[in-house]
Amino acid sequence: MDVILQNITKTYNKGETHAVNDVSLAVEKGELFGLIGPDGAGKTSIFRILTTLLLADSGTATVNGFDVVKDYRAIRNQIGYMPGKFSLYQDLTVEENLSFFATVFNTTIEENYDLIKDIYAQIEPFKTRRAGKLSGGMKQKLALSCALIHRPTVLFLDEPTTGVDAVSRKEFWEMLKRLKVQGITILVSTPYMDEAMLCDRIALIQNGSILSINTPEKIISQFPQKLYSVHSAQMSRLLTDIRYFPETASCFSFGDAHHVTFSENKKLQNELLTFLKTKNHQDVEIKEITPTIEDCFIDLMK
Amino acid sequence: MKQFIAFVRKEFYHVFRDRKTLLLLFGMPIAEIVLFGFALTNEIKNTRIVVCDYANDAASRRIIDKLEVSANFEIERILMSHQQIEEVFREGKIKLVVVFPANFNNDLTHLNKAQIQLIADASDPNTGGTLTNYASNIIMNYQSELQGLQNIPYQIETDIRMIYNPELKGATNFVPGVMALVLLLISVLMTSVSIVREKENGTMEVLLVSPFKTILVVISKAIPYFFLSLINLSVILLLSVYLLDLPIKGSVLLLFAESALLIITALSLGLLISNSTSSQSTAMIIALLGMMLPTILLSGFMFPIENMPVALQVISNIVPAKWYYIIVKSIMIKGLGFSAIWKETLILVGMTLFLLVLSIKKFKVRLA
Repeated sequence: MDVILQNITKTYNKGETHAVNDVSLAVEKGELFGLIGPDGAGKTSIFRILTTLLLADSGTATVNGFDVVKDYRAIRNQIGYMPGKFSLYQDLTVEENLSFFATVFNTTIEENYDLIKDIYAQIEPFKTRRAGKLSGGMKQKLALSCALIHRPTVLFLDEPTTGVDAVSRKEFWEMLKRLKVQGITILVSTPYMDEAMLCDRIALIQNGSILSINTPEKIISQFPQKLYSVHSAQMSRLLTDIRYFPETASCFSFGDAHHVTFSENKKLQNELLTFLKTKNHQDVEIKEITPTIEDCFIDLMK
Repeated sequence: MKQFIAFVRKEFYHVFRDRKTLLLLFGMPIAEIVLFGFALTNEIKNTRIVVCDYANDAASRRIIDKLEVSANFEIERILMSHQQIEEVFREGKIKLVVVFPANFNNDLTHLNKAQIQLIADASDPNTGGTLTNYASNIIMNYQSELQGLQNIPYQIETDIRMIYNPELKGATNFVPGVMALVLLLISVLMTSVSIVREKENGTMEVLLVSPFKTILVVISKAIPYFFLSLINLSVILLLSVYLLDLPIKGSVLLLFAESALLIITALSLGLLISNSTSSQSTAMIIALLGMMLPTILLSGFMFPIENMPVALQVISNIVPAKWYYIIVKSIMIKGLGFSAIWKETLILVGMTLFLLVLSIKKFKVRLA
């Protein structure tokens, strides 16, 4: 176990705001572990406790076997951390940023170039450009390079893909997979549910409490009900009408369709279809689907 | 060590790439030297003066009585040689000495003409000028009284001598003041703001999670501003020597050494502020209110401390600029050596140590 949290609680404003509530989790060596939850769920607080930046109110945590309070110096030597906000020097060039962090971590770019080569090669053509003038995706690649330059054993990435375009996000996850092959344990947090599928295991977190920890596949297979996707020509009226259907247990808008479950897990798609036709809906389409992590999250939140 | 050098180099990049701030840093001392060129008038109350009454006769006693009843002076009667007069001036407690020659009354009544010598410490030209004016007025007043009574053209000549700054140059007064102001401003404001900026930008978060000793983060921040301050100091001194014709009478080396001490005092204060605040605007307000105002108001540079209410006089003792101002005046204008300013130097050293220890104790190795 590379990272262990036991009954960690963290409050702000003298105990009034509960950021993290009795959270326990363990991350195995070489695992790509995702902390999935909306803004304000407590992801950043957990990251800061693990990176020795914050002290928890109660509970214990270890990274690589070192206690986050007592042995914080040892931990700081071994981990890589990329905070949620872009945290490099905007007025230094790409290369200056990287070589500065390399020196701070007692190493050189050359020494660990093979580890960051994949990532850094993409921004190397712009190495004399100031970091503040890079695009979002390039900033994130630079930040990742800086967090990796000293070959950390555990990598903490706090919302690395927030504010990054879809293509760069995809590239970023591919980079993480390649890093995993190098044996680096990676803890990543994200508010995007679709990214959960790319992790080995995930923890769903809401209001400072963990809803579930498992592999994404297991979490989906534990979804308790049959799930249906409903589509018609008038989507917004459709939502109200489905909710009006007496046997509807839940109905949420999901992109271009509505996801529906029926009470007592009944298979009522034909009845719903008839019901919607009486409401004058055109081109109604209902099909059973496999739930996504977001469906599971909404179900667990209840 | 390699880490430390890399860090200091990074700080220099920050400083030199922020062109606007850089321009401000070097433009400010020049602008201030020009601005403060307009001297200010001061009123003097209850100034301690020394009277050397070699005559001790009716006329001299009468004039001394008159000096005594005025609200401007508190009189001490001591007989002293010229050498001793110089010494009391160096101590800085006495600003004016009135000397009555022997046979003062005799000269006045028989020759109808006598002399009084007024010796003033003019390193602060306003005070020196005002004091001699007050004293001369009182003496003239006595002279007209005598004439009115007896209708004889008695004449008392006042021989005024300004020492340290015979030409009453205002620059002698404000150059040390501007030096104190500029050094404090750059060191306190810039260090505190630049450290807090790392906190605000989130880079501090990354730096904390590194093997680098956190206290070194802060010390390496101070280094560029230490050198910038020394460059500014040189600019001010060059301006004052070549533009304002104000020579440096004492040792330039000592002046730089004492200035380096003040810069370190200011840097420690800047560190303390940055360790206690988390936003650039708060740091700036504290630095300005906490440093600029006391430096301008309480260092003795604009308003003589002797005139202030006792409470403010006591508070002025904790303003580093007050001691630095005394030191610079002693070195630049009076040409004194270290033996004359060791006490003030010791006070500054004490303040620096106190601030350094406090800011290191307050330094956080975590975010909150």
